[in-house]
Amino acid sequence: MTEKIRKVPGITKESTQEMIDKVLAAYPEKARKKRAPHLGPNDPASGKSCVQSNKKTVPGVMSARGCAYAGAKGVVWGPIRDMVHVSHGPVGCGWYSWGTRRNLMSGINGVTQFGMQFTSDFQEKDIVYGGDKKLKTLLAEAHELFPLAKGISVLSECPVGLIGDDINSVAKTVAKELDLPIIPCNCEGFRGVSQSLGHHISNDTIRDYIIETREFTEPETPYDIALIGDYNIGGDVWSAKALLEEIGLNVKSVWTGDGEMEKIAATHKVKLNIIHCYRSMNYMCKVMEEKYGIPWLEFNFFGPTKIKESLRAIGQCFDATIQEKVEAVIARHEPIMQAIIDEYKPRLAGKKVMLLVGGLRPRHTIGAYEDLGMECVGAGYEFAHSDDYDRTAPEMPDATVVYDDPSEYEFEKFAETLKPDLIGSGIKEKYIFQKMGIPFRQMHSWDYSGPYHGYQGFAIFARDVDMAVNSPTWGLVKSPF
Amino acid sequence: MAEKKLRQIAIYGKGGIGKSTTTQNTVAGLAYLGKKVMIVGCDPKADSTRLILHAKEQNTVMDLVREKGTVEDLELEDVMKVGYGDVKCVESGGPEPGVGCAGRGVITAINFLEEEGAYTEDLDFVFYDVLGDVVCGGFAMPIREGKAEEIYIVCSGEMMAMYAANNIAKGILKYASSGKVRLAGLICNARKTDKEFELVSALAAKLGTQMIHFVPRDNQVQRAEMRRMTVIEYSPEHPQAQEYRNLAEKILNNKMLVVPTPLEMEELEDLLMEFGIMEAEDETVVGKAEKAA
Repeated sequence: MTEKIRKVPGITKESTQEMIDKVLAAYPEKARKKRAPHLGPNDPASGKSCVQSNKKTVPGVMSARGCAYAGAKGVVWGPIRDMVHVSHGPVGCGWYSWGTRRNLMSGINGVTQFGMQFTSDFQEKDIVYGGDKKLKTLLAEAHELFPLAKGISVLSECPVGLIGDDINSVAKTVAKELDLPIIPCNCEGFRGVSQSLGHHISNDTIRDYIIETREFTEPETPYDIALIGDYNIGGDVWSAKALLEEIGLNVKSVWTGDGEMEKIAATHKVKLNIIHCYRSMNYMCKVMEEKYGIPWLEFNFFGPTKIKESLRAIGQCFDATIQEKVEAVIARHEPIMQAIIDEYKPRLAGKKVMLLVGGLRPRHTIGAYEDLGMECVGAGYEFAHSDDYDRTAPEMPDATVVYDDPSEYEFEKFAETLKPDLIGSGIKEKYIFQKMGIPFRQMHSWDYSGPYHGYQGFAIFARDVDMAVNSPTWGLVKSPF
Repeated sequence: MAEKKLRQIAIYGKGGIGKSTTTQNTVAGLAYLGKKVMIVGCDPKADSTRLILHAKEQNTVMDLVREKGTVEDLELEDVMKVGYGDVKCVESGGPEPGVGCAGRGVITAINFLEEEGAYTEDLDFVFYDVLGDVVCGGFAMPIREGKAEEIYIVCSGEMMAMYAANNIAKGILKYASSGKVRLAGLICNARKTDKEFELVSALAAKLGTQMIHFVPRDNQVQRAEMRRMTVIEYSPEHPQAQEYRNLAEKILNNKMLVVPTPLEMEELEDLLMEFGIMEAEDETVVGKAEKAA
């Protein structure tokens, strides 16, 4: 997908670099040297990343990053709805990651449609004597309390790695005793520089403990696919899945939004993996490609332009029957999408947006904003790697600022200079910008809204963006600063 | 009554060198001299107080924490026992080797003692008997700010014991530069090696300290231990009991607290060679098996 190079009036390579230099000037020399390579003007012509990434955060700055445990629990494991997820360690990590990501679940109300989560709630004695016995008891109790759970994940918090609790051996023993898959994941928070390593460790754990351990019960068809890297935030999976089924594909498993362990375990039997969040799940796509010869395809379900491109690319992986359905589906939805654009674009055209989200959404949502006539004047990620920034370069207008793991100070100063009409980022950033009088949408959890994926999602996305940008509230806010 | 200043003392040394035996006999000596002493065992093996209490094993702080659930549920009287000469005894306890975190056990136990007011005003001395190797921060807890400021290293004329003593001196140096911890002397627990007295004295001088006492080897110590007693209690008239009383007296009057000057490995080896403990290295045979060489 080659994009033609777009320009934003008033933004040049020089103006962006000047803005970056001004921000860096506030740092002491050592911090400035470290931060400088993480900020740069976009160069879409090169198609390459213009920043350094996946490096340790500079001590002392306010970063938006999480930890390896957050990546494992919050992103990969938490959304799997038929497993009990155990946060092994003191209570805080488990408590603050309990259902906070809005990864919705289907099932029978009160029986199977909620996340089943435990913590071993470490006390001093568990640190000193080891928490393995407690874990053993907990696993048996969890199985007793939730007999419908198809498996249990054990997610290490920091102390587990420090005291050397052998969760792998406990998992092995208890799995045999209970005749239940128990999956140990060594995702101690101190490992790596951000939550990104937690995704990787979790992918490796799925590779080592889950994949190929089950078969699908339904018969195989040539149209079997898996939906990878969709976490069902606000119902995204349901919207995406409906669309994929509309074009004639069978979504046999979803990783991991509203996901089921036994279906994830049988994914080695699908014909194609389509991946939305590349950053968190490309590892397993590559494993399944190498091991089972399953091709994989990145796609983007934000906004009608990207949806159309993605549907056609997915269609290309299959025969004419699917391709015809793709065209029919696009034809059916286009007028509806056009109506949405006609309604909102007049109020949003020319508005500028700045983005800072995790590892995918900054580049993936740009098309949706552009469908509404908006332009992205700055984007960055908390924990992306250089391959993510390579993919970002063609999506962003020329010379706009790219920021990797920006500090609160950098983000705030860029916003002061660029004066965006909307900022899309996380809960930690929200109130800073709202206090500055800048409209804001929480783009991790869709601000209690969603879904944003698929055609269905675009209608909601457009409404939410309009609601934020054109709210009369902002005209009444007078910053005291 | 003149205001007493509590002296907190930590005993370190190579594993198996006789730290616990020396500590308890010395403490018995101090008690004999009318001093109020508390021993805090900082070793998961929990054998720092058995000679004072005549007990096989004392309930440790961590064992009771495990039993009761949390450290907040514990009372001081559950873990503090009083033995010979009114010596108060506490063991931190901890896990068996290979699991959990023994260092955290020491930290938890000492924090508990402080919060529960175990450091009463009538005490003259607190002795920390610490596990052989300072393997992590937990075992350095007794020499952190506000705890033991006087350290004695138990050693002998054996090469490894002297290596260990030098290493411990390095650790003390680290804490001494940021706090009040000082090396107070080496206690030679004699193994009857050649020129032991001279060698340990020489090492002490190099470290900038003193060999505060040379405790001769005597089987009376073992005979007393069989009855879980200190020599001082078992046979107060025996010459070995007098040795420990002498050591206690010397510690009581010791004013020589220094920032140690640990040796570089080469210096230490030179010292050992000087006393004939070690031969000059022949680089041509290093790494060659007996038969090959």
